Formats: sequence, C-alpha cells, structure tokens
Amino acid sequence: MEHFTPSDSFSGGLLIGAAAVLLLACNGRIAGVSGILGGVLEARSDDIVWRLMFVGGLILGALGFQTLGGSLAAVKIEAGWPVVILGGLLVGFGTHRGRGCTSGHGVCGNAQLSKRSMIATLTFMAAGFATVFVLRHLIGA
Amino acid sequence: MKRSVSALVAGILFGFGLSVAQMVSPAKVLGFLDLAGNWDPSLALVMVGALLVSFAGYRFVRLRAAPLFESKFHLPTRTDIDRPLIGGAVLFGIGWGLVGLCPGPALAALAVGDPKIIGFVVAMVVGMALDRVYTRGTWFARPQAA
Repeated sequence: MEHFTPSDSFSGGLLIGAAAVLLLACNGRIAGVSGILGGVLEARSDDIVWRLMFVGGLILGALGFQTLGGSLAAVKIEAGWPVVILGGLLVGFGTHRGRGCTSGHGVCGNAQLSKRSMIATLTFMAAGFATVFVLRHLIGA
Repeated sequence: MKRSVSALVAGILFGFGLSVAQMVSPAKVLGFLDLAGNWDPSLALVMVGALLVSFAGYRFVRLRAAPLFESKFHLPTRTDIDRPLIGGAVLFGIGWGLVGLCPGPALAALAVGDPKIIGFVVAMVVGMALDRVYTRGTWFARPQAA
C-alpha cells in the first residue's frame, strides 16, 4: 500500500468528471475517449474537427501538467514490443466492439446508470484483474 | 468553431485530470489491477471522484432541453445486453491488463513522446479499424447517418 495516492487520484477524478460535464453541457457529447477517437475513422467532415481537438486537448492537458511542475517520469511502458502491439490491438478492437472504454462506459455511462455501461465496466475490470493475475502470479512474468 | 473550442478545453481538463490522477502511468494502473499482489487501490478513487462530479453534473445539464453549442444531446439510447458488448469488454480488459493503458491515458501519454506509447496508440487505432471491417464486412460501407 506504499504507493497509495488517494488525494491525487481523487482530485484527478474530480477533474475528469468536470471535463465530462463540460463536454455534455457544451456539445451534448459523451466524453468517451474510444468513441471520440473511433468516430474520427468515420470521416464525416462536419464531425471530425471537434474530435481531433479533444484528442489534442488530452495531450496538451498532460503537457500542461508537466509545465506546472507535475512529473510524467512514470509514463513509460515496461512490456516488450509484441505485448505492446497486441495490447493496443485488443484495446482498440475491444473498445470499438464494446462501444466504450473506461471513460465512456466507466464514467459517463455509469453516471447515467446505464445497465450496458455497468455490465461493460464490471466485465472489463474483471478481465483486467484476471489478465494481471495470470501474468504476474501464474506465469510469473 | 465554438464546439471545437469547448472540445479542446474539455480534452485539456481531461488530460490534466488523468495526469494528476497518475492514470497515465501504466505501472500505476497495473498496480491497481494486481489484486493478489501489492494492491494499490488509488485508481478506484479516480472513478469515485469522476462519478461524483459527472453523476451530479449530468443531471444538472440535462435539465436543459439542449446543449449550448449543438441542437441536441447525442446520448446512447441502447439498453440491450448483446454479445459484442460483453466480448468487446473482455478483449479490452485483457489488453488493458497486458499493458496498463486504456484509450484516454494512452492518448494523453503521447505527451512524453515514448516510441512504445506511440506504437500502442497506432495499434489501438488499427484495432478499431479492424472491428469496423469485421462488423461491416468492408471498410467502404458508409456509416448510417447519425
């Protein structure tokens, strides 16, 4: 438990919630990152700019955090390249197929008490827990 | 124009929040997913904080008939539990557990310019495109008008 960061994590969560409320209030959109990114692939010209602006904002937000003195030193992937590519493919395919990720289902959908989002959230959490259990405690990688 | 600016501001706030919460760190996420190890429950509090604000905020916003910069709300209306929902969530969870990144943090993490993070994001976009092809049978089928 020595890595427990309750105040950072809780306040970060408040900001994420505020971002979701802002996007709904202004644009009427769910702040689901996989949905926003996946929508770029649909290439509807009237719909693409705000999506790219949101994605650019995510990067700028992290850069702003660093500029204000926050550290992004821990932002690196330990896994090897084959796992990185496989993981990326699974996350992209799975969130597109399941219509949402940690933000779309986990935050926005659950905030609306959507049954689909609650079930999706429980499912991807369980799959994540199981995967790490297998990797770290069964295979011992 | 207005809705691009609001999307940018929301994205910045979101990316800043993910950074504050340390959710952009794959090791932090994997520490949360490692229930049987040296479990770090921090990220549960990200969800608690985000849900507190969004649960109350969404209700307040939806008292209005329409959002500020668009004519209507674009909200999902489906309530059925289908196989793609479950299967997709399982595959997503496996990928999340393999690397420790989900879509939002992965995009925000592009800020550090790490080659593996760029590779992960490229693979993620390819994965989305693959499901599009898998579902529609062809890339070129036009989406239904929204």
